[in-house]
Amino acid sequence: MHKKTMEDYVPNVSKASGPGVDFSYVGIDAILEQMRRKAMKQGFELNIMVVGQSGLGKSTLMNTLFKSKVSRKSVQATAQEKIPKTIEIKSISHDIEEKGVRMKLTVIDTPGFGDQINNENCWRPIMKFINDQYEAYLQEEININRKKRIPDSRVHCCIYFIPPTGHCLRPLDVEFMRRLSKVVNIVPVIAKADTLTLEERDFFKKKIREELRANGIDVYPQKEFDEDAEDRMINEKIREMIPFAVVGSDQEYQVNGRRLLGRKTKWGTIEVENIAHCEFAYLRDLLIRTHMQNIKDITSSIHYEMYRVRRLNENNTVVAHANGMPEHHLESEEKFDSSCAASRF
Amino acid sequence: STLWFVAGEGARAVPLAGHVGFDSMPDQLVNKSVNHGFCFNILCVGETGLGKSTLMDTLFNTKFEGEPTQHNQPGVTLKSNTYELQESNVRLKLTVVNTVGFGDQINKEDSYKSIVEFIDAQFEAYLQEELKIKRTLHSYHDTRIHACLYFIAPTGHSLKSLDLVTMKKLDSKVNIIPIVAKSDAISKSELAKFKIKITSELVSNGVQIYQFPTDDESVAEINSTMNSHLPFAVVGSTEEVKIGNKMVKARQYPWGTVQVENENHCDFVKLREMLIRVNMEDLREQTHTRHYELYRRCKLEEMGFKDTDPDSKPFSLQETYEAKRNEFMGELQKKEEEMRQMFVQRVKEKEAELKEAEKELHEKFDRLKKLHQDEKKKVEDKRKSLDDELNMFKQKKTAAELLQNQAQQAGGSTTLKRDKERKK
Repeated sequence: MHKKTMEDYVPNVSKASGPGVDFSYVGIDAILEQMRRKAMKQGFELNIMVVGQSGLGKSTLMNTLFKSKVSRKSVQATAQEKIPKTIEIKSISHDIEEKGVRMKLTVIDTPGFGDQINNENCWRPIMKFINDQYEAYLQEEININRKKRIPDSRVHCCIYFIPPTGHCLRPLDVEFMRRLSKVVNIVPVIAKADTLTLEERDFFKKKIREELRANGIDVYPQKEFDEDAEDRMINEKIREMIPFAVVGSDQEYQVNGRRLLGRKTKWGTIEVENIAHCEFAYLRDLLIRTHMQNIKDITSSIHYEMYRVRRLNENNTVVAHANGMPEHHLESEEKFDSSCAASRF
Repeated sequence: STLWFVAGEGARAVPLAGHVGFDSMPDQLVNKSVNHGFCFNILCVGETGLGKSTLMDTLFNTKFEGEPTQHNQPGVTLKSNTYELQESNVRLKLTVVNTVGFGDQINKEDSYKSIVEFIDAQFEAYLQEELKIKRTLHSYHDTRIHACLYFIAPTGHSLKSLDLVTMKKLDSKVNIIPIVAKSDAISKSELAKFKIKITSELVSNGVQIYQFPTDDESVAEINSTMNSHLPFAVVGSTEEVKIGNKMVKARQYPWGTVQVENENHCDFVKLREMLIRVNMEDLREQTHTRHYELYRRCKLEEMGFKDTDPDSKPFSLQETYEAKRNEFMGELQKKEEEMRQMFVQRVKEKEAELKEAEKELHEKFDRLKKLHQDEKKKVEDKRKSLDDELNMFKQKKTAAELLQNQAQQAGGSTTLKRDKERKK
């Protein structure tokens, strides 16, 4: 196997303007166009979960990100928004389209998270939901008669809302992110960041980053999944900025002759998309404009695969138990709710 | 307890109030693929000498290695070579598989078998990877055949029965693109009739060749036009000839020059257009979603897996695996037992052999010993008799000497004479 380029055989490789014009042009790079066509035809899927106490502006942020009423609250009009007694998981899908690119966006809301007096194990239902999506995909994948395109309901990204206390992470935050970062891409954001001054914000961010490091929590983009030096460079810059301090708004105001998304207060108007005011634009660029494919790839080729390995090994361990062989590789901590998964059978 | 709420199967369409930015998704996807590189695998089936290697060289504008194969192969083997090509920022791992010795045997009944086995082996390798517990599908080197170029000899009459049989066996396993090889051997009018004959024979025998897809409106028109030109009549050449003021790929004859890239001369450009520039991705997709799925389905069903049992209850995968596993363990044990028995048996046999040999050696030794003893005895006896003779001779000699002395002392020479005369 040796690498041959067009230059080896024809000194000047020039792009053809049409078939048969340039005799050195084979046309291999036309596959890019073919892939693009196929992608446009199929459309894309994206599943985002938002987690955080009520009142942190989760719904508004989603609406701001996708410039549309995509949040659950916008869809389900409830007379009174009561804080639920238990954590609920609510999933809403939308078909959105931009310049011919169609996307099925699913926003998964988790009302009730962190709102109880006793929040022990509040991460459990969320973990279960995420694992259930992996399970559903796995079931489809191991069918004999498989669908041409397996519907992807796996959670690609979980945006975790940190309340703007300005001090440090709360035990609930640490607990949640520690557990969930192992099964899903977590993007932490500082919610309602307009209550922090720039200095307070920087201090808070540094503190948070330290705590994440100290607890071994790997948020997106995870260092170990950097593919090459270029990737690492880009991702390092992002890692130095996390968590993004965001402000959400779906209201437009007139600022300097332009209509901008913002929050109007007595002391000024906060422009959501102005990076001098808040880091919403960075979050949007990361999630949507540059790293969306990467987020999905990490979900499918790493998180899902890890789930699959655990799941398939679990079958063997159950069999091993029946055969009286000792199992030494199941840690009680890592053992997810297999009872829930087994109940599927 | 948790509550789920999903807003129906058909998600609602929502208008956007501004530019969000996910229109960059196709670019993101393409960039990822460019970083990973692409794989494309072509299988060339056809008799020796139909210009398969030359056509590959011409298609990809490069000289792949290999000498022309001999015609005396005992069976059909498949030779596969992988090359890394690059054009602008696209890296392609191209694998070209050639059928060596196809059509050369006197009895061609089994010719198609090695081809089918090869294609199945690639599917099997992928399936094995997919079924692994720890798998790396995204970095797996896909060796499944994406396109099969079937080279038809330019007889001008009809398809050979070998061609029909082979294509029929392959059409459910691979995308077949039939081409008429060395088509400069046929005149234009004969070619048209030949193509029609081939197409009708394929249809009447139910051979499913690859149809260029017509569901995407941007390529539907060109694809459907090209579908009507199948099979493509091609000519391959890597030699260049000066026509006008340009160097073109051509084959030069005393009566004229056949230009490879001249659409009036042959369909090479059409083939390149369809195979590479328009439908490469579709060929890969069809291989994965249709041919591979079919193989996988058949294989899994063969192995005894089912999706649902007769009562429409989903089979527990766990149970099936367990059953299969026990079956497998049972077989394994049985095999082990068999092997052990065989081993013990062999050892016994060998032991008996060795004992036999030992016995023989002993016998031989005893025989030799006896022989030796006999010989020794003989020699001893001989020696003894010789000794006896010697003694007797000595005695006689002594006696004679004594007599001589006595005679000399007693009388004169007369006695001696008398003795002498007497002795005479």
